[in-house]
Amino acid sequence: MFSNILIYFVVIPLIMLAGLALCRNIRQIRAVAVTGSLALTALSVWLLLDYLALRAAGETAPMLYTGSWSWFGPLNINLSVGVDGISIAMLILSSIILLTGSFASWKIEPHTKDFFLWLILLSTGVFGFFISIDLFTMFMFYEVALIPMYLLIGVWGSGNKNYSAMKLTLMLMGGSAFLMLGLIGIYYHSAPDVELRTWNLLEIAQNGAISQNWQYFLFPMTFVGFGVLGAMFPFHTWSPDGHASAPTAVSMLHAGVLMKLGGYGCFRVAIYLMPQAAEDLAWIFLILTGISVVYGAFSACVQTDLKYINAYSSVSHCGLVLFAILMLNTTAMTGAIMQMLSHGLMTALFFALIGMIYGRTHTRDIRLMGGLMKIMPFLAVCYVIAGMASLGLPGLSGFVAEMTIFVGSFEAGMADYLAGEGSLRLVFTIIACCSIVITAVYILRVVGKLLLGPVYDEHHLTLTDATWWERTSTVVLIISVAAIGCFPNFFESLIKFTFSPQIFAVIGMNYK
Amino acid sequence: MDYSQFLVMKQEIALLVVFILVFLCDTFMPKRSQGAIGWISIIAFMLATAYGFCPSLLEGYSEAFAGMYSAGYAEVNIKNILNIGALIVMVQALRWAKEDMVKIRRGEFYELLLVTLFGMYLMISARHFLLFVIGLETASLPLAAMVAFDKHRYESREAAVKYILTAVFSTAIFLMGLSFVYALSGSLYFDGIAFAVSCEGVNTLLVVALAFVISGIGFKLSLVPFHLWTADVYQGAPTPVTSYLSVISKGAAAFAFLVVLWKAFGTVYQDAWEWMLYALIILTITVGNLFAMRQRNMKRFLAFSSISQAGYIMLGVIAFNYMGMAALMYYILVYIFSNLAAFGVIGAIENATGKVWMDDYKGLYKTNPRLAFTMMLAMFSLAGIPPFAGFFSKFFIFTGAINQGSVAIYVLVLIALINTIISLYYYLLVVKAMFISQDDCTIAKFRSANSERVALWVCVAGIIGLGIFSCVYNHLLDISSLSNSVLEVVMF
Repeated sequence: MFSNILIYFVVIPLIMLAGLALCRNIRQIRAVAVTGSLALTALSVWLLLDYLALRAAGETAPMLYTGSWSWFGPLNINLSVGVDGISIAMLILSSIILLTGSFASWKIEPHTKDFFLWLILLSTGVFGFFISIDLFTMFMFYEVALIPMYLLIGVWGSGNKNYSAMKLTLMLMGGSAFLMLGLIGIYYHSAPDVELRTWNLLEIAQNGAISQNWQYFLFPMTFVGFGVLGAMFPFHTWSPDGHASAPTAVSMLHAGVLMKLGGYGCFRVAIYLMPQAAEDLAWIFLILTGISVVYGAFSACVQTDLKYINAYSSVSHCGLVLFAILMLNTTAMTGAIMQMLSHGLMTALFFALIGMIYGRTHTRDIRLMGGLMKIMPFLAVCYVIAGMASLGLPGLSGFVAEMTIFVGSFEAGMADYLAGEGSLRLVFTIIACCSIVITAVYILRVVGKLLLGPVYDEHHLTLTDATWWERTSTVVLIISVAAIGCFPNFFESLIKFTFSPQIFAVIGMNYK
Repeated sequence: MDYSQFLVMKQEIALLVVFILVFLCDTFMPKRSQGAIGWISIIAFMLATAYGFCPSLLEGYSEAFAGMYSAGYAEVNIKNILNIGALIVMVQALRWAKEDMVKIRRGEFYELLLVTLFGMYLMISARHFLLFVIGLETASLPLAAMVAFDKHRYESREAAVKYILTAVFSTAIFLMGLSFVYALSGSLYFDGIAFAVSCEGVNTLLVVALAFVISGIGFKLSLVPFHLWTADVYQGAPTPVTSYLSVISKGAAAFAFLVVLWKAFGTVYQDAWEWMLYALIILTITVGNLFAMRQRNMKRFLAFSSISQAGYIMLGVIAFNYMGMAALMYYILVYIFSNLAAFGVIGAIENATGKVWMDDYKGLYKTNPRLAFTMMLAMFSLAGIPPFAGFFSKFFIFTGAINQGSVAIYVLVLIALINTIISLYYYLLVVKAMFISQDDCTIAKFRSANSERVALWVCVAGIIGLGIFSCVYNHLLDISSLSNSVLEVVMF
């Protein structure tokens, strides 16, 4: 079991948990958190390079590094692991954000140890989710990642934290209720033979035994289940409250990684396993996610709390992820994965910066701040960079992702239109494109008010600029954002293998 | 008469031996060494529990008294599970039994507990309604005495009266139903009833009879709408008795319910009682959850939570296949550990400070972090959060139910799943009070008794281990698939 490298993505966090339990003072806690997340980052980078080498050598299996260990044998539940390029991208994203999140919570108070314990437990769930290819373990890790949020927000959060924590937990658990039914249903229809029933993603996809009627029932269940976590309209309302109340590192991890669990699950489970229903029912969710994209952006324009602005912007950007996935063609789906990476890093950067600013000014209301560029130039410049990434400046990650998404969506829309299958995709692509402009509005509004302009509060003049751990946190994220923006081909080569018609049946259907 | 058939009842006999031992000790031991009575019963009962796991002396035989009694794999296993739970309750009760008003009678507590457990054994193993009713009565009446054990407290006496009245009333209804069943089938053997019913087909009298039988056992299980006694009795009874009522009594009744419905009425599953159970389950889960949200007294709160848990357990009955039975046994096992952990914490706090209100628990994490942590594990397990055992038991009970295959069962499971969100809300309220609330805690730091600690450690180990180590569930699934004594239904 331990000869499989993927297992260490769960083992290392577990070791970290044990290590944290033994820690006596804050230095040790920091040491454990940073060492562990560095190890995870190194592991995921090594995995990336090795994966590319294997693919270059001609590996054609849909998932590599697979391993499977029986757990609940009679029900065919196994601990099965395996990754493809997309999972690896997500693993890298998660480990980078865990690393920067540890730096961002350098001075977290009170109960420092408990905070890190819950944070690491959460990331155990996240890593476990991304390496699993067994529906049961996937779901289990998914829920493991959800519940620490309640305490993390409730104890260490700010503002209306009790309400937000409860709302977030209940809504996400509500999503997972639908998901659980969907997954059990998939299991019971996973194979033509009773004996062969399986929870393994690859086997289910290979069997293709889910009948069309059951697909129509199970697809919405799973898509909505994951969609709640992906902040799909109208199930997005947990997101602004939750993100606004959460402490910095939790906002980073939640917006940066956990919301990606939603998008990842949507295409890995819902669309991958039920292509027929995805093809036929996509229009319903296209409308919903289209609304997410525009509505989130508009909402961000009128907020005055920095975290709310960013949370609504996350709704908009994550909506774009689901929107692109539903286009069901290679280009848009590639864009969706790029957008997950890009949004994850960018929004983590945003939340880290907001946390740092809030830690100094003790307010997040943009009406009560101004001219921060003069007071804390480093943070301000970083904020501008994050903003530029968000509104899609070429050279940063946002541009690459959104460009690919809109090109792909337009392709899909035109293909639909020319084939006489209605113009819904086309119309919604055009609507979603508008969100770019709206994004520019709310980003530039904040930059103008918060960073430039006159200093609003005299007391702010005494504030200091970023400390070394804050600089580490932000610089790592900025480098990552710029890397995606500058070398999109590298990431595209990582992803493209999965989105081939041989593996993703739905893409093949689209091209026929 | 062939006396060797008594050997089939090895668990009952072991239990009786323990009972007689405790009774003799209680009667003849000098007053000053009465303190040992608790330990004597625990050690003796522990041996009896261990004996339950040993292979049977009469390999291959599971029936006795011309088929009135049956102890196949599943029955032996559920009894073992109940034994483990009863053992934890006995350990938890040690501290409470030392109190001044209780200690002169503490021997009685253990005796009554063993007697009720004997009654539950009979309910589980009965294949004839005569034996079943004897078991039912043996399990019910001494429980009323246990509920009244704190007789110096008004609530305890009141609870006992409520309990005995509802118990007697429900037995009366049950017997009424039985007389109808007898009129229909001319037999009180489960097999005979199943056979007669499958010949006759469904008629109005059968439906009425079934409604009476189900409501009779429904009282024991506190299914809605037969749950009205639950909250008051749970609140009034001494905490160890409440925990015994909520897990052991409920677990035994649930399995007995399964046996009655499957063995005696399995032939008319779809026509006669499936829809009744649908209604009962939906009502039980929903009403239990909705009422639990408003409770401020911890024992009342857990009373309503246990009502809704009983609804989930019933999903295993409606499944009507071996997976459902395995999931039901597993659910009971996990429920025993989770609920006893919760009651253990409540009991420890009550014994030390006398506080049982949720508001008293505010900020408990600051003063008593370990108790708060244990309570949180129990709440998460009851709510079904991984990686704790409650998640697995919920998942498997849903999986088992859906194995039944109809579309209606998907709807039922969806309703149950939506209810888990409501239940998560109120379980989180407790977590919130303990961990998040900023108020100063009214419960000072205290050291709980060693016996309470041991019981809580065992519960925590169960909550964490039962899910992750899959051997327990796999074993139960194997056993269930082999349990012909429950699964086999006589068809026409």
